Amino acid sequence: MLLWRLARHALNLLAIVLLGGFISATLVRLAPGFDVDEQQLDPHLSAASIQALRDARLRDRNIFRFYLHSLQRAAHGDLGTSLSLRQPVRTLIRERGPLTLRLVALGLALAWAMALALALSAARLRIGAYDALTTFISGTLLCIPAAVLALLSVLWNLPGSLAIALIVFPRVYRYTRNLLAKAYSLPHIVTARAKGLGEGRILLWHAIPVVGPQLLAVAGVSVSMAVGAAIPVEALCGLAGIGQLAWQAALARDLPLLVNLTVLVTLVTLLANSGADVIGHMLRSQEA
Amino acid sequence: MTSRPKKLGIMAIRNKAVLAALCVGFLLGAAWAQGGGELRFCLRTEPKTFDPLKVEDDASASIRYLTGGVLVRLNRQTQALEPELAQSWKVSKDGRQITFKLRSGILFSDGTPFSAEDVAYTMQRLMDPALHSATGDAFRSGTGNLETKVISANQVSITFPAPVAGLDRLFDQVAIVSAHSAKKETAVLGPFMVSDYKPGATVLLKRNPNYWKKDAQGRQLPYLDSIRLDIQPNRDVEMLRFKRGEVDLINSLDAEYFDKLAASSPELVHDAGPSLDSEQLWFNEVAKAPIAGYKKNWFRSTSFRRAISAAINREDLSRVVYHGHAQPAAGPFSPANKFWFNSRLKPLACNPDTALKALQSEGFVLENGTLRDREGNGVEFSIITNAGSKPRERMATMIQEDLQKIGIHVNVVTLDFPSLIERMTQSFDYEAIILGLTNVDLDPNGEMNVWLSSAENHQWNPQQKTPETSWEAEIDRLMRVQASSADSKKRKEAFDRVQEIVVEQAPFIFLINRNALSAVSIKVQGASPVILSPQTFWNAERLTVEGAK
Amino acid sequence: MSVWRALACAVLLAVISVSLAAQWLAPQGYAKQYREATEAAPSRAHWLGTDEIGRDRFARVLYGTRVSLLLAPAAALLSTLLAALIGGLAGYLGGAWARLAMATTDLFLSLPWLFLLITARALMPLNVSPLVSVLVTFSLLGILGWTTAARVLCASAASLARSDFVLQARASGVPGVRLFWIHVMPNLKPVLYAQFWISIPVFILSEANLGILGLGVAEPMPSWGSLLRELEGLVSVGEAPWKLVPLALLVVVVTSFQLLLSKQEEVAV
Repeated sequence: MLLWRLARHALNLLAIVLLGGFISATLVRLAPGFDVDEQQLDPHLSAASIQALRDARLRDRNIFRFYLHSLQRAAHGDLGTSLSLRQPVRTLIRERGPLTLRLVALGLALAWAMALALALSAARLRIGAYDALTTFISGTLLCIPAAVLALLSVLWNLPGSLAIALIVFPRVYRYTRNLLAKAYSLPHIVTARAKGLGEGRILLWHAIPVVGPQLLAVAGVSVSMAVGAAIPVEALCGLAGIGQLAWQAALARDLPLLVNLTVLVTLVTLLANSGADVIGHMLRSQEA
Repeated sequence: MTSRPKKLGIMAIRNKAVLAALCVGFLLGAAWAQGGGELRFCLRTEPKTFDPLKVEDDASASIRYLTGGVLVRLNRQTQALEPELAQSWKVSKDGRQITFKLRSGILFSDGTPFSAEDVAYTMQRLMDPALHSATGDAFRSGTGNLETKVISANQVSITFPAPVAGLDRLFDQVAIVSAHSAKKETAVLGPFMVSDYKPGATVLLKRNPNYWKKDAQGRQLPYLDSIRLDIQPNRDVEMLRFKRGEVDLINSLDAEYFDKLAASSPELVHDAGPSLDSEQLWFNEVAKAPIAGYKKNWFRSTSFRRAISAAINREDLSRVVYHGHAQPAAGPFSPANKFWFNSRLKPLACNPDTALKALQSEGFVLENGTLRDREGNGVEFSIITNAGSKPRERMATMIQEDLQKIGIHVNVVTLDFPSLIERMTQSFDYEAIILGLTNVDLDPNGEMNVWLSSAENHQWNPQQKTPETSWEAEIDRLMRVQASSADSKKRKEAFDRVQEIVVEQAPFIFLINRNALSAVSIKVQGASPVILSPQTFWNAERLTVEGAK
Repeated sequence: MSVWRALACAVLLAVISVSLAAQWLAPQGYAKQYREATEAAPSRAHWLGTDEIGRDRFARVLYGTRVSLLLAPAAALLSTLLAALIGGLAGYLGGAWARLAMATTDLFLSLPWLFLLITARALMPLNVSPLVSVLVTFSLLGILGWTTAARVLCASAASLARSDFVLQARASGVPGVRLFWIHVMPNLKPVLYAQFWISIPVFILSEANLGILGLGVAEPMPSWGSLLRELEGLVSVGEAPWKLVPLALLVVVVTSFQLLLSKQEEVAV
């Protein structure tokens, strides 16, 4: 049963990844500015050179043909060449991927550590002033633009992963806090506490199983949040990761790079959320 | 028992040899490391190429400047042309041929000898139509092939199919590549060579051990050991890092940061005066543009454009947006371009009353605070500019208020650059636009593709099959006159007249010429910022950094 | 009503009232440029100083409050409702519906919507009024902002669908629609309120970022987002701490919203 579920997930994953790549290619292709190159504003360029720049863009005009060729190349390990950076996409992703992976992983770990610590304490203590304080802290972080948090991390020589953590934390905290608060208000947990059952036991055996699937869902989407947060953090902190690459590619309408990055992000998102789904289903089955 | 003393003896000899080797190494190292230190500054974008013949972006151009050896160099301070790899040169009377006499005994960074063959090879590659190089296109004045002739190991002549105005100056941008080196374009003749490149992060340049130049005291150039270029698009972060001492110079400083730095450390900032750059507003005069017919009539009216120009307060733009580090523009060229600027031109003073009278004489009427044309249409249009450029966004907002005073309603729309270019060059779906010209050539021939009515970059109405107005036809004629003449006086007269026509007809409403602002750490010795790019490191081979980390 | 909720209520009412009284409190308006007094410090004439082209910051904060305080919660409400419908319904129905909905959600999370927004701008006329531009912007944010909560709601609804009281209600013959709206949805409130609360500042900041695409509030109309973008010039904020007032105001309003909604979040089964 589990194997069948896993196989089905894998097939779904592949179909969605391929669809995601195609839709992203279509979005980029249809967006204005695709057919132009900033270079053509150079007054030194001759008409023939400007036309050559346009022709280079027009090669990818037919989105079906472009995508088919991309898939054929990808099957042989060739992810194409970046139009803006003139380097193989595979090399770019390979060089920059590990940095983003480290940043996002550390940022997520920090964000969840902070969120769980504050959410658990707020849910258990249920003191109005404490709740107001944690709300204020998370609210303040939510209101500070991501670019400002990134700039502050540069100003104070803090790691980029901390900036990502501070961007993701308030979002994760609110969901986590509400879910845990709801769990702790359930009658059977109130009874258990009244009867003197240990807090650790209550948390692990009674609260977490109730909200486990939802917390896992939050964990899954927090991966997307962290990947999204990586873009301004890397761009501003001068970190040569995937996020910085994605921003450059978007500005330059770099179709080969954008499609591959979207496929990568879709894959990561799907893996995270599918993993959360599978574990959540297992938890629900156990509960049943 | 006797073996021990022998062992000790052998060890003693070995130790002495090691010590001697270390001393020699140290001395050699000392000779190698000039002690000039490492210069650090930021590139605003990722360099697209290290091939000097394919350079098309600013970051790659900076690297080419530092690593490329050129035949002649435009001294950025004196604006005079100086010999470099070429000892001397001669341009033929018809402006089609140039002959170089090269220095001898020069080596590329990998030890390959430099000769006339390399010059011929470089030019043939550069002028290959398939390369589509902006540097090569600057030489293209007519159809036909280039001819190169290697007269001797140290002499080469290059003949073009048509006269090229300002021919010798163009070689300032041509970095010579080796015809024979296995390292291809990575073998360089300039003071530095690319040593390491971390995409998205850093480019490290190290001293070229085979650089040919020495200073007046016979000391080997460059003084610097290395240059580290960090890729940093964000100006706030660049400023932070400069203040912390992590970078040594900011090549192009924003006016607001200039003032803040000047308040605390005036010795760090430099205002070299008006640069060659300009900011301008223009209206869409393309006949097939998808805008309302009555708006096309406004935009194609010289009186309308001149009235708008008269209503704009250029003094305020200079003072508010650029904190006084700019001046109102008089015409297409900045007064910093001492030879080519038409000194008879003066910036148009702001006079809303004059502007309104001019519009009223064209049939416009001011009713309840709204200006209307003869047909009763309220005068309203949009100005687009590129998002992310705070000066342009602010100028657009200030112009919006200036024009509101004469009853014109302006909508300011900021767009991402590709969308803006698409509207400007393909769909022509825009009404007015604010953009600028940067890294402008001293020689107007570099802007042929702006002034010729048939050209792609004739922004207000590009690619005309035949000139749609008599004044554009006249500009075409004058630009061709100056392009085909080798007589600088004749060229100047022709281009002076072009400038006058442009100011009279106002297809571009020139707003300001900003100053060349930069910041240089006190640790950097020998810096002398100028207006021509690269402003701060134009003399990188003679800079040193004291006490570098 | 708790002290905190009462305080939050009072703060929100005060902010709304002051913003509605902008014409009287700042009669000069948000667009007038005092070009002789740019980047001025607070004074009697300009209570929060002036911005880089001489516009009164206090006036801009007041008028900006109207735009952001009205439209951001509306967009947040839209995204929350969409999340509830898509995520909640998918989780409740389960099976293929849930898989399809979650696959769509994952796709939505991954795609570069930047290009859709660029296309949306291209389809709008350049001479669109600032009000229309900002309405379109917040609508788009609302339509695209449901994905995060949808996943969490799906998981919550799936858990609820298997819970005893729902099974009992189903066995008692309660129709599906009623079961969903009356019994399942109220128990999703903790996540719904979290989504709503998070979305408000996120949309305010996103509106400012969309300015680079030509969307968002057009000059000279202010919004909190555009005012907060001043903070990106960190070098200058340290010397001009009054630039932090829009941030402080946003924090106060967001915290007040949360305190006001806090009672609603803790609904037990």
